[in-house]
Amino acid sequence: MRSPGAAADVRKLRRKSPRAGHFVPKQRLYAFSLSLPPLVWQLLFLVFPVVFLLVITFWSVEFFRLKPDFTFANWAFIYTRGYFYDAYALTFGMAIFTAIVISAIAFPCAYAIAFKFRGSARQFALLLLIIPFFTSYLVRVYAWQVVLADSGVVNMLLKWLSLPPVAMLNTLGGTLIGYATLCLPLVTLLQLLSLIYVDRNLVEASHNLGCGRLGTIWHVIIPSARIGIMIAALFCFILTFGDFVSPLYLGGGLRTVLSTVIIDTVKSGQQWPQAAVVAVTMVITLLAVALAAIWFAYRRPK
Amino acid sequence: MNENRWINLTLYCYAFGIFVFIFTPIAASFVFSFNADRFPTLPLGDFSFQWYRDIISDADIWLAFGNSAKVGFTVAVVSTVLGFCAAYTDHRYRFFGKSVYLTLALLPPTIPVVIMGLAMLAFLSRVSLSGNIQAVMISHIVMCAPFAMAVIRMRLALMPADMEAAAWNLGASQWRALWHVILPFSLPSIGAALFVTMAVSFDEYAVAWFVSGLDPTVPVSILTTLQGRVSPTINAIGSIVFTVTIMLVVLAQILLLRHGKNKTRKILATAKGE
Repeated sequence: MRSPGAAADVRKLRRKSPRAGHFVPKQRLYAFSLSLPPLVWQLLFLVFPVVFLLVITFWSVEFFRLKPDFTFANWAFIYTRGYFYDAYALTFGMAIFTAIVISAIAFPCAYAIAFKFRGSARQFALLLLIIPFFTSYLVRVYAWQVVLADSGVVNMLLKWLSLPPVAMLNTLGGTLIGYATLCLPLVTLLQLLSLIYVDRNLVEASHNLGCGRLGTIWHVIIPSARIGIMIAALFCFILTFGDFVSPLYLGGGLRTVLSTVIIDTVKSGQQWPQAAVVAVTMVITLLAVALAAIWFAYRRPK
Repeated sequence: MNENRWINLTLYCYAFGIFVFIFTPIAASFVFSFNADRFPTLPLGDFSFQWYRDIISDADIWLAFGNSAKVGFTVAVVSTVLGFCAAYTDHRYRFFGKSVYLTLALLPPTIPVVIMGLAMLAFLSRVSLSGNIQAVMISHIVMCAPFAMAVIRMRLALMPADMEAAAWNLGASQWRALWHVILPFSLPSIGAALFVTMAVSFDEYAVAWFVSGLDPTVPVSILTTLQGRVSPTINAIGSIVFTVTIMLVVLAQILLLRHGKNKTRKILATAKGE
């Protein structure tokens, strides 16, 4: 760690640097040519598309083609459909539920790695948590289909143990396993990263003052790692909220989630404006949840 | 901290259980890709390369792999360049609206892929760019650049604050300092960013599915297969994809951890020596 003084010195030095005065246009050119490309790209291909999504919610569709318009018909259409509200309630409820459950499941694991694993064991655990994030979620879900099927690996094991078979595929439980596949590594990783930075002196002090193990976790460790834990739960919410693979291939598509509504609407006769209404609703929901979570995480402790 | 052997043991087992859960699908995919039975059950059938042979003789899969490779390389290069620019800007400058700049640079991974896909489809088809491999590249660059930015930014944070300024004071122009100081210092992270972005692009299915049209990538063709019927070839394709991405991520890690330390030491030593 360098002292903040050093950074200030560098800033001063930079200001006083003899070249600074002489080559202002050149320096500008340098700064712009490095900072503009990402900005231009994201404006062109991220901001415009997302804004365009909002714009086309007011457009109409004629003969399977988009037509610029200013109508609330698409909003009216989606917001008067019962299935939209069902899907919204299901998606929102599942995402909240998953965020809480996965956070709770991940915590002991993150705690173990942060406080009990040492050196290279911890490095290895980190690597193991990073790998699934980059491995095809699609193929992992397909593999779960094979494992969870009625004649799959799990039920074969149960049979071998003389236990009754369990139906897992095409159930809510199956969907949750898919969500866990998607979120668990990331949530554990984010929790772990925040737990590693918990001040060990505080933990030690808490122990010395006679606070029990669970008491220390509840009163010292969780409050210290609060921000990371909330961010992890938020990511879990976001991922679950937008996922269509788990509900479709592990939940059997029996209950429709918002993403499936979007896909179905896009596929059925190019009704992009109606799909956009659902998408914009999702974005607004996510923003609201994200702001609430961030506010909750960063607010001053009592 | 007071330690209790039984509690520690429980925690170890718990962590192990979590890892078992995380790696079950990956392992299952590998095991069943060598299983001769059409319907994967226990006990396993004979060992067989059948599904791999099926892939090799499938022209569509080759096309998809070709598309994935083209997209992966382009996306890796462009998003690493963009990511480096964003990371350097964040590292070097303070300016009005920087938080907006950073939000734009890091936002994409938090946007649900379905929404991203729909937005890209609607927008790109409006400007006649959708339905081909270029559309996939454009969207993947948007999604991958933040990963490159994050990886390179972490590396730049380790850079001694006065190194670049020292180069300027010694008479190097900004471009020279960038070329001789910043780039060598961030080289391991640039390599890592290339691998990471390629891995992300290689696995992305949803946005590619929306915009790819008649040029499907591997994940898109997996998705299409999934919608049809159960096919053990997916296990074989999946195993290949797993192997490729895991190798890319491990390479990135090795670059960041090992090479990173040595390189830093070397550059610092050279800097001191001069």
